[in-house]
Amino acid sequence: MINIFEVNETNKMVEQENLDVRTITMGINLLDCSSNNLSEVNEKIFNKITTVAKDLVHTGEEIAKEFGVPIVNKRISITPISLVGAAACKSSKDYVTIAKTLDRAAKQVGVNFIGGYSAIVSKGMTASDKFLIESIPEALACTDFICSSVNVGSTKTGINMDAVQLMGTIIKQTAIQTKDRDSIGCAKLVVLCNAPDDNPFMAGAFHGVSEDDAIINVGVSGPGVVKYALEKVRGESFEVLCETIKKTAFKITRVGQLVAQEASQRLGVPFGIIDLSLAPTPAVGDSVADILKEIGLEQAGAPGTTAALAMLNDQVKKGGVMASSYVGGLSGAFIPVSEDQGMIDAVKAGSLTIEKLEAMTCVCSVGLDMIAIPGDTKPSTISGIIADEAAIGMVNQKTTAVRIIPVIGKNVGDMVEFGGLLGYAPIMPVNPFDCTAFVSRTGRIPAPIHSFKN
Amino acid sequence: MKKCVITVVGKDTVGIIAKVCTYLAETKINILDISQTIVSGYFNMMMIVDVADSNKTYEDVINDLDKIGKNIGVLIKCQREEIFDMMHRI
Repeated sequence: MINIFEVNETNKMVEQENLDVRTITMGINLLDCSSNNLSEVNEKIFNKITTVAKDLVHTGEEIAKEFGVPIVNKRISITPISLVGAAACKSSKDYVTIAKTLDRAAKQVGVNFIGGYSAIVSKGMTASDKFLIESIPEALACTDFICSSVNVGSTKTGINMDAVQLMGTIIKQTAIQTKDRDSIGCAKLVVLCNAPDDNPFMAGAFHGVSEDDAIINVGVSGPGVVKYALEKVRGESFEVLCETIKKTAFKITRVGQLVAQEASQRLGVPFGIIDLSLAPTPAVGDSVADILKEIGLEQAGAPGTTAALAMLNDQVKKGGVMASSYVGGLSGAFIPVSEDQGMIDAVKAGSLTIEKLEAMTCVCSVGLDMIAIPGDTKPSTISGIIADEAAIGMVNQKTTAVRIIPVIGKNVGDMVEFGGLLGYAPIMPVNPFDCTAFVSRTGRIPAPIHSFKN
Repeated sequence: MKKCVITVVGKDTVGIIAKVCTYLAETKINILDISQTIVSGYFNMMMIVDVADSNKTYEDVINDLDKIGKNIGVLIKCQREEIFDMMHRI
């Protein structure tokens, strides 16, 4: 039988070390909402979401109460809208109507976010994909809960550089359209390479076409728990360090597995995957950067950071994989800047640069995340950053992403406040040299060869 | 059998166990196991109970215990046992 020490350990994780289930995300297939009549599409989408997900929030709250573990977010991911709206939408304005419908549906069921205002254009762009992408700035400006993503490359297809170039402009336009709110639209827009179909985390969540009609995916969290566990093994060998991370990741993931099973059973929706990511929040102590410091770095960004992060990421997976029947999504350590107090401190101290963050994304999920840059950054420079990150994903057969915010009217040294889980961030300097001639070449970068690995 | 874990944490005072047990008896909740320690003046108790025959809903039990805790000045939580089993048993 369970003993008092085990009970206290679990409750201490929740009460003092910020253990929580970050999100229950219900994936909903909307392909059956397709029609060539726009108002019919809107109506079908609204009806399907508000029917399938009507009990999601309530069930999440019920489970949280019964088990005594907070479930921070309840979210929905949907089939990429560029597929659902392809027959009905003849312009980007048409797509904006769908965005508004999704926002209305999200508000009605009470979820925090709905992800899947997306296009998968890793090889080529259909007319529908292009309309959707062009509608993103307005869609994000006139809605509250929509998250948008565009997949611009994959290991199998290479990188669609036309889409990369377009996304530089779209991110800039999104920033301009939401400039009165510190360009917050860009915090809900992510450009991916090798995007997974079952990711429960925003802003990159969508319900892939290979999925069931509806599915429950769960994202666990717990950087704070790992950090506190590591405090007890200061100065010990890597063996002890790795064992501690693995054991902790196992325990955290088991909570996610239990919540996912319960949610799946109560909602009558199949269980999809657990995402093993360590997802930080701006709360003090809930930070991936603090784990790196506990491992032995003065600040995140110091020499050794990439190695420490690679080890952390690998041990989290090793511990988590055994704890869950199905693992998927992004599964790694997230390194957003604005959502992680330790990262913010490292940037302020001058330890962490965009270039170092880029190196870190080679060994962990998921990419350049929640990074605020000067508002006058050129669209071509943003495209260059996206291309670099997509190349890392393409060559290393992993998911990478870019979610950067060119904050209109702000410059290096300023701070920007997004609020809530999105946090706050210092504006980081971007390499000032030009890459326009590179990103304006048309076509795509071919898929890489998978032999002669060096 | 539907097992739950009740934990009581707070400053030690007279009658904590009595109050909790009285409530459980009235609600027809059977106590299977109790362990208790005092760590630097703080009362720390764990009970494993069976709520299968309870005459109140699980949600009401959670809320009632929370209220009793607030009256005595301690923190009382009631959680389904599975969360601890999942985390600490393979």
